Amino acid sequence: MGFEKFGRISFTSQTKLSAFVDYLEKGELRATKCKQCGKVFFPPRADCDACLGSDMEWVKIEGTGKLVSFTEAQYAPTGFEADVPYTLALADFDGVRVFGRMSRDVPLDGMKVGMAVKAEVVAMPDGQLTYQFIRL
Amino acid sequence: MSKDVAIIGVGQSAFVRNYEGSIRELAFEAFREAVQDAGISSRDIGASLICSAPEYDKQRSPSGLIAEYLGLNPQPTFMLESVCSSSTTGIRVGYSLIKSGLHDIVLVLGFQKMSEISSADSQERMGRGADIMWEAPFGTMMPAYYAMHAQAHFARYGSTEEDLALIRVKSSKYGVLNEKAVYRKEITLEQALTAPPVSTPLKRFDCCANADGASCIIMAGAARAKEISKKPVWILGLGAATAPMTLTGRDALDGLNCARLAAKQAYEMAGVKPQDIDVAEVHDCFTIAELMAYENLGFAEPGKGVELIREGQTYIGGKIPVNVDGGLLSKGHPIGATGGSQVRTIVLQLRGEAGNIQVPGAEIGLVHNIGGVGIYGNVVIMGR
Repeated sequence: MGFEKFGRISFTSQTKLSAFVDYLEKGELRATKCKQCGKVFFPPRADCDACLGSDMEWVKIEGTGKLVSFTEAQYAPTGFEADVPYTLALADFDGVRVFGRMSRDVPLDGMKVGMAVKAEVVAMPDGQLTYQFIRL
Repeated sequence: MSKDVAIIGVGQSAFVRNYEGSIRELAFEAFREAVQDAGISSRDIGASLICSAPEYDKQRSPSGLIAEYLGLNPQPTFMLESVCSSSTTGIRVGYSLIKSGLHDIVLVLGFQKMSEISSADSQERMGRGADIMWEAPFGTMMPAYYAMHAQAHFARYGSTEEDLALIRVKSSKYGVLNEKAVYRKEITLEQALTAPPVSTPLKRFDCCANADGASCIIMAGAARAKEISKKPVWILGLGAATAPMTLTGRDALDGLNCARLAAKQAYEMAGVKPQDIDVAEVHDCFTIAELMAYENLGFAEPGKGVELIREGQTYIGGKIPVNVDGGLLSKGHPIGATGGSQVRTIVLQLRGEAGNIQVPGAEIGLVHNIGGVGIYGNVVIMGR
């Protein structure tokens, strides 16, 4: 339990990774890292597909990322209509890629593939927790 | 180049916005056309592979019901699903059932009745065709994912919204000629460019329409195919590959790796090269998907796909005619039926029976069918 607090609407409640949400509550965005082989996973994974180990530690995603791509959705799936328009984006933090939304403070015409971004944790008014990208 | 398995019958229902009938009746329309085209009876069919994305249906395990309605009991039947590429997954499985010697004749029936749910609900279901744990909570949907590919392609290669619009202009020109297409109006470059945005940079006419429809392909082993069919169309090459469902696991967004790998396998198996292909059907669920397909299939170098559409090389009469039946953009995209519809178009082309969209003298054709946003990639190469 706990994972249902992630995102505007979570479709998953049970996972071995609910600590992800606990870290969001502390304002931290974290990935998992395999203690056995060192592979880093975002989105986090409970099990390592490289060495088959399941002993993971949580590592922070910090620093500057580069925007890989983005889009402003003018239409939304059921349950997300009130958010329209919103910008979905993919950013690269030193080889660790993170999918999420861009902050509403960044206008579409101010966005460019390759621009520097930072990830920050956001608490929504209804108590849901998520993260977004902001311009550096 | 082996000629072990042939396609001996093809059928397709009209693709429509709201089919006024049940899924079994929809399936029957494509089935009847294919069986009559092959000149066989249902008793000749050794197994049926039913291909669809079942979350659109109220009927659980539709294969049992459809096999019954088509008169295909007591032969084995089962469902195959790889979302939008389900029915070319059916071609791959059918090929192996025949090559293994288990069956002589196999039927691949693809269908989807999308109209039972609203467009927003359908976007939500399709959005859940991506990672529901890590991406869907942000409000993902298919147009947004492909839009991110478009943005990445624009940034890397300088392709533009106008290039994408040119693809829709081509599609609409051929859609007008296709009696089975859902969208049959011509679209001008200006209309395409000024249409309202769906997910930037994709606009309304960059996106295909949901539709209801069914397709049916009948395959046979070499001996039976020669016995039954005057114009068997041979499966020369097959390729299939996958990529991570989660976007974070992809190397780049300016192409689809599953398509590149599937194409490479299919070309190698067929012993042909991209320049040997006379006519192609590619998975243009969005205009950007067709542009990426030009490059991923080797019709153009990476970044040079725009030249094909700017010069009109993918029209009939050009270097490599693509989607001259209107493609998904004009025909509509009934998920499970789409791959079979693409295969049908190529079979008719290679038989010289494509009517007003015939590519003169076409001998080798290719189908590129993608499931999800580049999760599953199937390529089929066929020849006379």
